[in-house]
Amino acid sequence: MDIATIILYSVAGLLLILSVIKDKKKTVAALKKAWKAFENILPQFLTIILLVGVLLAIFDKDAISRIIGKESGFLGVFLASVVGAITLIPGFIAFPTAALLLQNGAGYSQIAAFISSLMMVGVVTMPVEIRYFGKKVTLLRNLFAYAFSFLVAFIIGWIV
Amino acid sequence: MKTFKRYLPFLITAAAFAVFYVIFREQGKKALDITAYSLKEMLLVIPPIFLLLGLLDVWVPRQTMVKFMGEGSGLKGIVLAFLLGSAAAGPLYGAFPVASVFMKKGVKFSNIMIFIGAWSTTKIPMLLFEITSLGAKFALTRLLIDIPGIIMIAFALTGLISRQEKERIFANAMDSVPVAKEKNDRQP
Repeated sequence: MDIATIILYSVAGLLLILSVIKDKKKTVAALKKAWKAFENILPQFLTIILLVGVLLAIFDKDAISRIIGKESGFLGVFLASVVGAITLIPGFIAFPTAALLLQNGAGYSQIAAFISSLMMVGVVTMPVEIRYFGKKVTLLRNLFAYAFSFLVAFIIGWIV
Repeated sequence: MKTFKRYLPFLITAAAFAVFYVIFREQGKKALDITAYSLKEMLLVIPPIFLLLGLLDVWVPRQTMVKFMGEGSGLKGIVLAFLLGSAAAGPLYGAFPVASVFMKKGVKFSNIMIFIGAWSTTKIPMLLFEITSLGAKFALTRLLIDIPGIIMIAFALTGLISRQEKERIFANAMDSVPVAKEKNDRQP
């Protein structure tokens, strides 16, 4: 368990205890709401997890290195952003992978495009996002975030 | 029947997954490993997020949320949206249900978009990890670009989405999470 998860559990646990002390009925209501909100979205979560499994099995470290490893220039940035947009890799796997790619000759721009679109754009999670925000907001947000990852790539390539 | 219908896309995906597993043995095994890993991650990180969401819904009065992050909350609302998003842990899909409760509590649309943006990319634990893997210059430059970027995207989205569309999204949030009792909305 990483430190962030521990803090998250501590905060949630502490507030839960406070809630129980202050009002048991309200606490039960809160737990019911938490469960309902979770169960409501669970089918989509499970679907995403399966899709991510397949996607990451196809786009593994080697495949990603082949796509953005030695490539340079705009095509590399473009491919990096596409891979980032469609995959959903947890940060603690993505960052070491990115570091490895850098060591293997990828440029900072490509890595920035990859990390940026990976974090901000979520093609796989779009169905969930649509459920909460509707098609228009979801599409626009992802589109803007995708375009933004190029700006990040450009600035990082220029500064770092 | 209703439950079955809700889980139907998942069942179809699971069936496709099984086919993939049978045909591409090697990748299939890998996919299964990654899925097991993601499932573990979800079961580990998601429960406290939903617990906090439930507690927030029950304990924090709408008026308080409106005051701090609603219409007219100004810079305070923006900063709070950033801090709440950045303090988060877990994958982006965990942010959407939280955003839904925010909408219910009257948080401004642009602040919700800032919260989503911050959750996606300026999370503090991730930043620390990024610094150790890719260097401080890379991570901090990215952070400095991301902050105005997130705000710009949030405002652009707010400007492009019509009032009716926003109302529809907020109404949808009211439906998807049971509405808190009226008495919560009064200040103590």
